[in-house]
Amino acid sequence: MRGVFDIIGPVMIGPSSSHTAGAARLGLMAGKILGENPVKAEILLHGSFAQTYRGHGTDKALLGGILGFAPEDMRLREALDIAAQQGLVYSFAPVDIPEAHPNTAIIKLTGESGRVIQVEGASVGGGNIRITRIGDFDVDLTGKYPALIIVHKDRPGVVNRVTSILARYKINIAYMRVSRKMRGQEAMMILETDDELSTEVVEDCSEIPRLLKAFAIPAIGGGSTI
Amino acid sequence: MINFNSIEELVHLAKEEHCPISQIVMAWEAENNLTSQESQIEAMRKNWQVMVDSLQRGCQNQEKSLSGLTGGDAVKLCSYSQQGYTGEAVLRAAASAIGVSEVNAVMGRIVACPTAGSCGIVPAAVYAGAKKNGNTEDEIVEALFTAAGIGMVIEANASIAGAYGGCQAECGTAAGMAAAALVQLAGGNPEQVGHGMALAIKNLLGLACDPVAGLVEVPCVKRNGFIAVHAMLAADMALAGVESVIPPDDVIDAMNRIGRSMPRAIKETAEGGLATTKTGLSLAKKIFGQ
Repeated sequence: MRGVFDIIGPVMIGPSSSHTAGAARLGLMAGKILGENPVKAEILLHGSFAQTYRGHGTDKALLGGILGFAPEDMRLREALDIAAQQGLVYSFAPVDIPEAHPNTAIIKLTGESGRVIQVEGASVGGGNIRITRIGDFDVDLTGKYPALIIVHKDRPGVVNRVTSILARYKINIAYMRVSRKMRGQEAMMILETDDELSTEVVEDCSEIPRLLKAFAIPAIGGGSTI
Repeated sequence: MINFNSIEELVHLAKEEHCPISQIVMAWEAENNLTSQESQIEAMRKNWQVMVDSLQRGCQNQEKSLSGLTGGDAVKLCSYSQQGYTGEAVLRAAASAIGVSEVNAVMGRIVACPTAGSCGIVPAAVYAGAKKNGNTEDEIVEALFTAAGIGMVIEANASIAGAYGGCQAECGTAAGMAAAALVQLAGGNPEQVGHGMALAIKNLLGLACDPVAGLVEVPCVKRNGFIAVHAMLAADMALAGVESVIPPDDVIDAMNRIGRSMPRAIKETAEGGLATTKTGLSLAKKIFGQ
């Protein structure tokens, strides 16, 4: 059973939890993954997002999220204007992604340093989201918890090394998923934690042998029902 | 360890502890989400403040929604509230609920309760009821926990999403929650809270979710007005001693089975009902230019 504030809540900018609040949270996650000021946002919309985005303010919500506005932030209403003022160039286009959830967006962001990231995610109802892809990697993130993403070689002991570091920093793991492309090949670990992940944690993890990449994504808070 | 999965259990626990249902709900929340009673009350007070703000803004709203389908009706109803068949309190409650929904439609700030599509019902009914009773803000905030408990049980045993259960899941749940809060605000006992909820939901079973152009506007905005009043009537019946012949948990079971058997076309897909009327289709075409 979900809690009191999943039923009465969240506070949000209307009109739709999935098309507005969830869209803002998708944008927010993409912005956090970029981790710097965005200068360009290329957004592809699939399914119901593509068909109804104007009527639901989905475009404003996605862009507002990318600018760092939460689902309850009144600035979402003016996000297109604010983006233009801040020199954020944006575009929206429809896309058809086979098998994807009807409320899916692909967000490609370019940061001020020239860094480019691409995130695919869906608004799955009630303002809840699921990030399904970051760059080339299939992921599964809700944004409710801070997440540590580790890309590594599929070898014995790597999981142990990572969890030992988290234990040392007294970070509790809420959810963990380990997957690999093939035995012995590239593997990925996604750890969602109860506690914030500092840069020290990520740096310590980066020093583990056979680890290809480690990065943290801060939480963006919980979603709720529509 | 406090645990409940049905209205019967919730009512039983409240009676056993000689407390209102809200206290049981708060105790559950404290155990399951590790939050103190004080911080829960504070969080709920903030939600109530947002509800009141949206209600007051709604009753003055002249702004049209992004689609142009809604906006300005709450003001019309407020100006008319001294006249009419149903009386000022009822008309003001309807106007408030429509107002909150209009605020939602113009990208204003609301509290999903339980959803954005049904966000006007609980605030409007509770605001009107509390005004009539002279309830304090503390009493209102507490009654909202009872409403939340009802919503939690419904979600666990049926659904609060239009896509799964049609509008009965959204506006129906909101009506049950609002009726429950109103019964508590008037001093009704936990059993009466259950009957108020059951009476409200029983009369909304099977309600289609068929929004024009897939937007949370037609018929949602005005429906919030109707259903706020519906919840007040259900609460009045329960307080008068009227009982639901079908007990609350059976009503939720019916709601669940009806929701499952409703066709997909009238479960938030905009592929049936009002959405596919001649006018509904032409409005959709106009809005999205296809």
